[in-house]
Amino acid sequence: MKLLVNGEAHEVAANTLAELLAALDYEGDWLATAVNSDLVHKANRAEFRLSDGDRIEILSPMQGG
Amino acid sequence: MFELFGTSLPSRLLLGTAQYPSPAILADAVKASGTSVVTVSLRREMAGGRAGEKFWSLIRALGTRILPNTAGCHSVKEAVTTAKMAREVFGTSWIKLEVIGNQDTLQPDVFGLVEAARILCEDGFTVFPYTTDDLVVAERLLEAGCKVLMPWCAPIGSALGPVNIMALRSMRGHFPDVPLIVDAGLGRPSHAATVMELGFDAVLLNTAVARAADPVGMARAFGKAVEAGREAYSSGMLEPRDVAVPSTPTIGRAVFS
Repeated sequence: MKLLVNGEAHEVAANTLAELLAALDYEGDWLATAVNSDLVHKANRAEFRLSDGDRIEILSPMQGG
Repeated sequence: MFELFGTSLPSRLLLGTAQYPSPAILADAVKASGTSVVTVSLRREMAGGRAGEKFWSLIRALGTRILPNTAGCHSVKEAVTTAKMAREVFGTSWIKLEVIGNQDTLQPDVFGLVEAARILCEDGFTVFPYTTDDLVVAERLLEAGCKVLMPWCAPIGSALGPVNIMALRSMRGHFPDVPLIVDAGLGRPSHAATVMELGFDAVLLNTAVARAADPVGMARAFGKAVEAGREAYSSGMLEPRDVAVPSTPTIGRAVFS
Protein backbone atom coordinates (compact mmCIF):
# COMPACT_ATOMS: atom_id res chain seq x y z
CA MET A 1 0.00 0.00 0.00
CA LYS A 2 1.24 3.52 -0.83
CA LEU A 3 1.11 5.89 2.13
CA LEU A 4 2.42 9.35 2.91
CA VAL A 5 4.01 9.21 6.37
CA ASN A 6 5.21 12.52 7.85
CA GLY A 7 5.41 13.90 4.33
CA GLU A 8 7.44 11.01 2.91
CA ALA A 9 6.13 8.38 0.48
CA HIS A 10 6.23 4.82 1.82
CA GLU A 11 5.29 1.49 0.27
CA VAL A 12 4.28 -0.59 3.29
CA ALA A 13 2.58 -3.94 3.85
CA ALA A 14 0.35 -2.82 6.73
CA ASN A 15 -3.42 -2.97 7.03
CA THR A 16 -3.86 -1.00 10.23
CA LEU A 17 -2.25 2.05 11.80
CA ALA A 18 -0.76 -0.10 14.57
CA GLU A 19 0.83 -2.39 11.96
CA LEU A 20 2.25 0.64 10.15
CA LEU A 21 3.91 1.93 13.33
CA ALA A 22 5.43 -1.48 13.96
CA ALA A 23 6.58 -1.84 10.34
CA LEU A 24 8.33 1.55 10.47
CA ASP A 25 9.84 0.73 13.87
CA TYR A 26 7.96 3.38 15.84
CA GLU A 27 7.52 2.72 19.52
CA GLY A 28 6.59 4.58 22.71
CA ASP A 29 3.65 5.99 24.65
CA TRP A 30 4.53 9.54 23.69
CA LEU A 31 3.52 9.34 20.03
CA ALA A 32 0.37 10.94 18.64
CA THR A 33 -1.10 9.87 15.33
CA ALA A 34 -3.40 11.46 12.78
CA VAL A 35 -4.74 10.07 9.51
CA ASN A 36 -5.89 12.50 6.84
CA SER A 37 -5.77 15.38 9.32
CA ASP A 38 -7.85 13.74 12.05
CA LEU A 39 -6.54 12.39 15.35
CA VAL A 40 -6.55 8.62 15.73
CA HIS A 41 -6.44 7.77 19.43
CA LYS A 42 -3.80 5.37 20.62
CA ALA A 43 -6.50 2.93 21.71
CA ASN A 44 -7.96 2.85 18.19
CA ARG A 45 -4.76 2.26 16.21
CA ALA A 46 -5.10 -1.52 16.16
CA GLU A 47 -8.57 -1.37 14.52
CA PHE A 48 -7.94 1.67 12.33
CA ARG A 49 -7.71 0.34 8.76
CA LEU A 50 -5.56 2.26 6.32
CA SER A 51 -6.36 2.93 2.69
CA ASP A 52 -4.11 3.53 -0.28
CA GLY A 53 -2.99 7.16 -0.39
CA ASP A 54 -3.69 7.93 3.28
CA ARG A 55 -1.69 10.76 4.80
CA ILE A 56 -0.34 9.82 8.21
CA GLU A 57 1.23 12.16 10.75
CA ILE A 58 3.26 10.71 13.62
CA LEU A 59 4.18 13.38 16.16
CA SER A 60 6.13 13.39 19.39
CA PRO A 61 7.05 15.93 22.10
CA MET A 62 9.40 18.66 20.99
CA GLN A 63 10.72 21.95 22.32
CA GLY A 64 8.24 24.81 22.05
CA GLY A 65 7.67 28.43 23.02
CA MET B 1 0.88 32.67 44.44
CA PHE B 2 -0.98 32.77 41.11
CA GLU B 3 -4.34 31.00 41.02
CA LEU B 4 -5.16 29.68 37.57
CA PHE B 5 -8.05 27.27 36.95
CA GLY B 6 -7.94 26.00 40.50
CA THR B 7 -4.19 25.47 40.34
CA SER B 8 -1.87 27.45 42.61
CA LEU B 9 1.22 28.42 40.66
CA PRO B 10 4.18 29.64 42.75
CA SER B 11 5.52 31.73 39.86
CA ARG B 12 3.96 34.20 37.44
CA LEU B 13 6.53 33.39 34.79
CA LEU B 14 5.75 30.80 32.13
CA LEU B 15 8.77 29.64 30.16
CA GLY B 16 9.26 28.18 26.69
CA THR B 17 11.59 25.23 26.13
CA ALA B 18 12.91 25.97 22.62
CA GLN B 19 16.25 27.25 21.31
CA TYR B 20 18.45 26.55 24.36
CA PRO B 21 22.09 25.69 23.70
CA SER B 22 21.65 22.26 25.32
CA PRO B 23 19.09 20.18 27.25
CA ALA B 24 21.15 20.66 30.44
CA ILE B 25 21.04 24.46 30.09
CA LEU B 26 17.28 24.28 29.46
CA ALA B 27 16.82 22.30 32.67
CA ASP B 28 19.01 24.70 34.68
CA ALA B 29 17.24 27.75 33.22
CA VAL B 30 13.83 26.35 34.15
CA LYS B 31 15.01 25.82 37.73
CA ALA B 32 16.69 29.24 37.96
CA SER B 33 13.59 31.03 36.67
CA GLY B 34 11.38 29.50 39.35
CA THR B 35 8.70 28.87 36.72
CA SER B 36 5.96 26.38 37.38
CA VAL B 37 4.67 26.10 33.77
CA VAL B 38 6.70 25.28 30.67
CA THR B 39 5.47 25.27 27.10
CA VAL B 40 6.14 22.38 24.74
CA SER B 41 5.20 21.41 21.21
CA LEU B 42 4.63 18.46 18.91
CA ARG B 43 6.62 17.81 15.78
CA ARG B 44 7.04 15.03 13.24
CA GLU B 45 8.91 12.13 14.82
CA MET B 46 11.55 10.88 12.41
CA ALA B 47 13.55 8.62 14.73
CA GLY B 48 10.98 5.96 15.50
CA GLY B 49 10.02 7.64 18.76
CA ARG B 50 13.49 8.05 20.22
CA ALA B 51 13.83 11.81 19.62
CA GLY B 52 10.58 12.66 21.40
CA GLU B 53 11.31 10.25 24.22
CA LYS B 54 14.53 12.01 25.23
CA PHE B 55 12.93 15.42 25.36
CA TRP B 56 9.80 14.16 27.09
CA SER B 57 11.86 12.47 29.84
CA LEU B 58 13.76 15.70 30.43
CA ILE B 59 10.55 17.74 30.70
CA ARG B 60 8.83 15.29 33.03
CA ALA B 61 11.85 15.34 35.33
CA LEU B 62 11.45 19.11 35.76
CA GLY B 63 8.19 18.54 37.65
CA THR B 64 6.47 21.65 36.24
CA ARG B 65 3.04 21.86 34.66
CA ILE B 66 2.99 21.45 30.89
CA LEU B 67 1.35 23.88 28.50
CA PRO B 68 1.45 22.37 24.99
CA ASN B 69 1.17 24.75 22.05
CA THR B 70 -0.12 24.60 18.50
CA ALA B 71 2.83 26.63 17.18
CA GLY B 72 3.19 26.76 13.44
CA CYS B 73 -0.46 26.02 12.71
CA HIS B 74 -1.96 28.26 10.04
CA SER B 75 -5.49 26.89 9.85
CA VAL B 76 -8.30 26.09 12.27
CA LYS B 77 -8.21 22.43 11.28
CA GLU B 78 -4.45 22.12 11.85
CA ALA B 79 -4.68 23.83 15.23
CA VAL B 80 -7.64 21.74 16.41
CA THR B 81 -6.08 18.44 15.37
CA THR B 82 -2.72 19.41 16.91
CA ALA B 83 -4.46 20.35 20.16
CA LYS B 84 -6.20 16.98 20.29
CA MET B 85 -2.92 15.17 19.60
CA ALA B 86 -1.22 17.21 22.34
CA ARG B 87 -3.94 16.33 24.83
CA GLU B 88 -3.35 12.66 24.18
CA VAL B 89 0.44 12.81 24.44
CA PHE B 90 0.84 15.27 27.31
CA GLY B 91 -2.21 14.21 29.32
CA THR B 92 -3.45 17.78 29.87
CA SER B 93 -6.41 19.70 28.50
CA TRP B 94 -4.43 22.96 28.71
CA ILE B 95 -3.51 24.25 25.27
CA LYS B 96 -1.72 27.38 24.13
CA LEU B 97 -3.69 28.04 20.97
CA GLU B 98 -1.78 29.61 18.10
CA VAL B 99 -3.28 30.12 14.67
CA ILE B 100 -0.70 32.10 12.74
CA GLY B 101 -1.99 34.57 10.17
CA ASN B 102 1.09 36.34 8.87
CA GLN B 103 4.49 34.85 8.18
CA ASP B 104 6.48 38.07 8.68
CA THR B 105 5.01 39.21 11.96
CA LEU B 106 3.77 35.80 13.18
CA GLN B 107 0.69 37.63 14.30
CA PRO B 108 -2.34 35.51 15.01
CA ASP B 109 -5.14 35.00 12.51
CA VAL B 110 -7.67 36.25 15.02
CA PHE B 111 -10.67 35.05 12.99
CA GLY B 112 -9.33 31.50 12.86
CA LEU B 113 -8.27 31.81 16.48
CA VAL B 114 -11.79 32.56 17.69
CA GLU B 115 -13.21 29.70 15.61
CA ALA B 116 -10.62 27.20 16.86
CA ALA B 117 -11.06 28.43 20.45
CA ARG B 118 -14.82 27.80 20.25
CA ILE B 119 -14.33 24.24 18.94
CA LEU B 120 -11.71 23.39 21.57
CA CYS B 121 -13.58 24.97 24.51
CA GLU B 122 -16.68 22.96 23.56
CA ASP B 123 -14.49 19.87 23.51
CA GLY B 124 -13.37 20.45 27.10
CA PHE B 125 -10.03 22.14 26.52
CA THR B 126 -8.70 24.95 28.70
CA VAL B 127 -7.65 27.31 25.94
CA PHE B 128 -4.84 29.85 26.38
CA PRO B 129 -5.26 31.91 23.20
CA TYR B 130 -2.21 33.69 21.78
CA THR B 131 -3.90 36.86 20.57
CA THR B 132 -3.30 40.53 19.80
CA ASP B 133 -4.14 43.40 22.14
CA ASP B 134 -7.43 44.03 20.27
CA LEU B 135 -10.32 44.42 22.72
CA VAL B 136 -13.02 43.22 20.35
CA VAL B 137 -11.13 40.04 19.56
CA ALA B 138 -10.63 39.56 23.29
CA GLU B 139 -14.40 39.83 23.81
CA ARG B 140 -15.00 37.22 21.10
CA LEU B 141 -12.49 34.85 22.67
CA LEU B 142 -14.22 35.14 26.03
CA GLU B 143 -17.59 34.52 24.34
CA ALA B 144 -16.06 31.45 22.71
CA GLY B 145 -15.32 30.05 26.15
CA CYS B 146 -11.76 31.19 26.93
CA LYS B 147 -11.15 32.03 30.58
CA VAL B 148 -7.69 33.52 30.08
CA LEU B 149 -6.19 35.76 27.40
CA MET B 150 -2.61 35.91 26.17
CA PRO B 151 -1.99 39.10 24.19
CA TRP B 152 1.33 39.70 22.49
CA CYS B 153 3.24 42.85 23.38
CA ALA B 154 5.40 42.68 20.22
CA PRO B 155 6.06 40.06 17.51
CA ILE B 156 7.30 36.64 18.66
CA GLY B 157 11.06 36.57 19.17
CA SER B 158 11.45 40.30 18.40
CA ALA B 159 12.65 41.30 21.90
CA LEU B 160 11.05 44.71 21.33
CA GLY B 161 9.16 44.75 24.61
CA PRO B 162 5.76 46.42 24.99
CA VAL B 163 5.25 48.55 21.87
CA ASN B 164 1.74 49.67 22.75
CA ILE B 165 1.46 50.37 26.44
CA MET B 166 -1.87 52.13 25.97
CA ALA B 167 -3.44 49.02 24.42
CA LEU B 168 -2.15 46.80 27.22
CA ARG B 169 -3.38 49.22 29.87
CA SER B 170 -6.73 49.39 28.16
CA MET B 171 -6.96 45.60 28.06
CA ARG B 172 -6.25 45.37 31.78
CA GLY B 173 -8.90 48.02 32.43
CA HIS B 174 -11.56 46.32 30.29
CA PHE B 175 -11.05 42.84 31.72
CA PRO B 176 -10.30 43.35 35.41
CA ASP B 177 -11.29 39.79 36.35
CA VAL B 178 -9.82 37.82 33.44
CA PRO B 179 -6.32 36.40 33.91
CA LEU B 180 -4.13 38.20 31.37
CA ILE B 181 -0.74 36.81 30.38
CA VAL B 182 1.58 38.75 28.10
CA ASP B 183 2.88 36.24 25.59
CA ALA B 184 5.54 37.10 23.02
CA GLY B 185 7.81 40.02 22.32
CA LEU B 186 9.55 40.47 25.67
CA GLY B 187 13.29 41.03 25.37
CA ARG B 188 14.51 42.18 28.76
CA PRO B 189 13.61 41.73 32.40
CA SER B 190 12.60 45.41 32.53
CA HIS B 191 9.99 44.68 29.83
CA ALA B 192 8.54 41.94 32.00
CA ALA B 193 8.56 44.22 35.03
CA THR B 194 6.77 46.91 33.01
CA VAL B 195 3.86 44.70 31.97
CA MET B 196 3.60 43.23 35.46
CA GLU B 197 3.45 46.78 36.87
CA LEU B 198 0.50 47.39 34.51
CA GLY B 199 -1.31 44.63 36.38
CA PHE B 200 -0.88 41.71 34.02
CA ASP B 201 -1.17 38.43 35.85
CA ALA B 202 1.81 36.69 34.30
CA VAL B 203 4.21 36.63 31.36
CA LEU B 204 5.19 33.88 28.94
CA LEU B 205 8.55 34.11 27.23
CA ASN B 206 11.15 31.93 25.56
CA THR B 207 13.64 33.53 23.17
CA ALA B 208 14.80 36.28 25.55
CA VAL B 209 16.05 33.62 27.95
CA ALA B 210 17.06 30.84 25.56
CA ARG B 211 19.14 33.09 23.29
CA ALA B 212 20.81 35.13 26.01
CA ALA B 213 24.57 34.73 26.40
CA ASP B 214 23.85 33.07 29.75
CA PRO B 215 20.33 31.60 29.65
CA VAL B 216 20.45 30.46 33.27
CA GLY B 217 21.40 33.92 34.55
CA MET B 218 18.77 35.53 32.34
CA ALA B 219 16.11 33.09 33.53
CA ARG B 220 16.89 34.08 37.12
CA ALA B 221 16.79 37.78 36.18
CA PHE B 222 13.38 37.41 34.53
CA GLY B 223 12.08 35.53 37.56
CA LYS B 224 13.08 38.42 39.81
CA ALA B 225 11.70 41.07 37.44
CA VAL B 226 8.32 39.36 37.26
CA GLU B 227 8.17 39.17 41.04
CA ALA B 228 9.28 42.79 41.43
CA GLY B 229 6.74 44.03 38.89
CA ARG B 230 3.91 42.16 40.57
CA GLU B 231 4.82 43.37 44.02
CA ALA B 232 5.06 46.94 42.74
CA TYR B 233 1.60 46.66 41.18
CA SER B 234 0.15 45.25 44.41
CA SER B 235 1.83 47.95 46.48
CA GLY B 236 0.28 50.93 44.68
CA MET B 237 2.67 53.03 42.62
CA LEU B 238 2.88 56.81 42.53
CA GLU B 239 1.41 58.54 39.52
CA PRO B 240 3.93 60.68 37.61
CA ARG B 241 3.79 64.43 38.28
CA ASP B 242 4.94 67.36 36.18
CA VAL B 243 6.42 69.31 39.10
CA ALA B 244 9.02 68.53 41.68
CA VAL B 245 7.85 67.63 45.15
CA PRO B 246 10.50 67.72 47.87
CA SER B 247 10.99 64.43 49.59
CA THR B 248 12.72 65.91 52.63
CA PRO B 249 10.36 67.75 55.02
CA THR B 250 10.61 71.52 54.64
CA ILE B 251 9.22 72.32 58.09
CA GLY B 252 11.97 73.06 60.63
CA ARG B 253 14.49 73.92 57.95
CA ALA B 254 17.34 76.14 59.22
CA VAL B 255 17.54 79.67 57.88
CA PHE B 256 21.04 81.05 57.36
CA SER B 257 20.36 84.39 55.78
